[in-house]
Amino acid sequence: MSSTLYDLIGLAAGVCFILALKGLSHPKTARRGNLIGALGATIATLVVFLYVTPPRDGSEAHSLPLHNFWWIIGAIAVGLIIGVPAARKVQMTQMPQLVALFNGVGGGAAALVAIVEYLNLGSDATTAEVIFTVFTVVVGCVSFSGSIITFMKLQELMTTRPVVFPGGRFVIAGTLAAVLGVSGWVVTALGTTPLLVLAALSLLFGILFVLPVGGADVPIVISLLNAFTGLTVAASGYVLNSTLLIIAGTLVGASGTILTRLMAEAMGRSLFGTLFGAFTAKPQDVAAAGEERPVRSGSPDDVAILLNYARRVVIVPGFGLAVAQAQHTVRELADLMLSKGIDVAYGIHPVAGRMPGHMNVLLAEANVPYDQLAEMDEVNPTFGQTDVAIVIGANDVVNPAAKTTPGCPIYGMPILEVSNASNVIFLKRSMRPGFAGIENELLYDPKTMLLFGDAKASLTKVVSALKAL
Amino acid sequence: MEPMAIVSIFVLAVFVGFEVVSKVSSTLHTPLMSGANAIHGVILVGAIIVADHSKTNLELGLSLAAIVLATINMVGGFVVTDRMLEMFKGKKKGADQ
Repeated sequence: MSSTLYDLIGLAAGVCFILALKGLSHPKTARRGNLIGALGATIATLVVFLYVTPPRDGSEAHSLPLHNFWWIIGAIAVGLIIGVPAARKVQMTQMPQLVALFNGVGGGAAALVAIVEYLNLGSDATTAEVIFTVFTVVVGCVSFSGSIITFMKLQELMTTRPVVFPGGRFVIAGTLAAVLGVSGWVVTALGTTPLLVLAALSLLFGILFVLPVGGADVPIVISLLNAFTGLTVAASGYVLNSTLLIIAGTLVGASGTILTRLMAEAMGRSLFGTLFGAFTAKPQDVAAAGEERPVRSGSPDDVAILLNYARRVVIVPGFGLAVAQAQHTVRELADLMLSKGIDVAYGIHPVAGRMPGHMNVLLAEANVPYDQLAEMDEVNPTFGQTDVAIVIGANDVVNPAAKTTPGCPIYGMPILEVSNASNVIFLKRSMRPGFAGIENELLYDPKTMLLFGDAKASLTKVVSALKAL
Repeated sequence: MEPMAIVSIFVLAVFVGFEVVSKVSSTLHTPLMSGANAIHGVILVGAIIVADHSKTNLELGLSLAAIVLATINMVGGFVVTDRMLEMFKGKKKGADQ
């Protein structure tokens, strides 16, 4: 295959990626967009087997097939055997951490590609190539180890709260300085050892960078690391002289940056504060624990009676709904209330659950009609006319502390103002605070009733109690 | 490649990247992030190129590891995004019922 044809096909794949991102931005075209992206990636992968990049010394390119052809096929097969089942079998609730993990391995792959090309070029590498290699190794490693930490946080393999230790910011700043110093060393000294030291330091920095991020900020960090990985792909495209990698990587880097900002805005967070939280984080005051305060807990029958006499009910779903897989049961309850002439809406907080749009996905799975889903700005003014707000496994997104307690980790985040409803029902597993680890004053409010237990089991009981009325 | 050509490609791609996602609704943030994540799995192409260049066992080993990771990123990414978006498809049916 001629190099012109190869480049043209690469360009076509790049266009596919642009169309994919465009499609993914609109609900109607999203699925098709994703398939177009997959098509572009498939074309790009197939065509690379049909063209041999000529060596840099100007000698003839070797003839097809590629060197190490069967090794390459074998490695792709291993990747497929790991990746496809993981993606197919994952529970909806665990999707965010899987995306984090996929992003991390992508960053790791980019770093490895840069390291191999560096070993391969040796002293032939130009200064520009070394600089791009250093960039890829640093950012790829940060993305890899950072994503692993976000995975562990979301999987609850470690604490979900910000991890802050005394002098932490100095350790992080020191590590960053070391990364920059060693980068300079690699550029001037050239050699394998400095590069490996750089990789190790970058991995450490990635861990330290993500540890102080907690709670609701984790999805923002995943999105940011995603943009980082895109940029590393673009940088390795420069070193490998591949236009396709430059286009694809830059697209992901740019769109990922915008997306990160949009997500931060949706959560009322400053992007700067999230990113540099590592440098400014102080050990949080842990909410005064151990203090026993009275709460009002009710039975499923109490809840059913309250609902039976309501005119308007707003359902606020959260992560607990996802954990209990209660989306079908909640729809059953909503349908039952509708059949009794009760006005029902779902109040969807943009970041309810563990990722933005989590609840929309979950309720769509249960075929909840789209017009019953109300976004935050739409539903907030209606809480004053709402008789009952049912909060199912959500906590931080309805926590008034976001408005009333400056300095708490979620302060400034827009919330669903369920406290304006005449009655609030919380379905909770326990009194444990939410993901962000903050006490919720609303639980102690006299108009609040708590129904403890697994969301699905509780809802099933409420449904049968309501049917019996 | 000419440095100026590379800079041009880079700058134009940045603007395209900004432009295509600037008006996305919060509902689609996660699938979009996941789809973009799958797209950078195209580093697989780079991993295959360096596997072809590899002269030593160390280089080959590292590039094969890169191929495995990149394949997981790319294929897993597209599959998981499709699964998320499959959920949205149900909406219309729900409205008809």
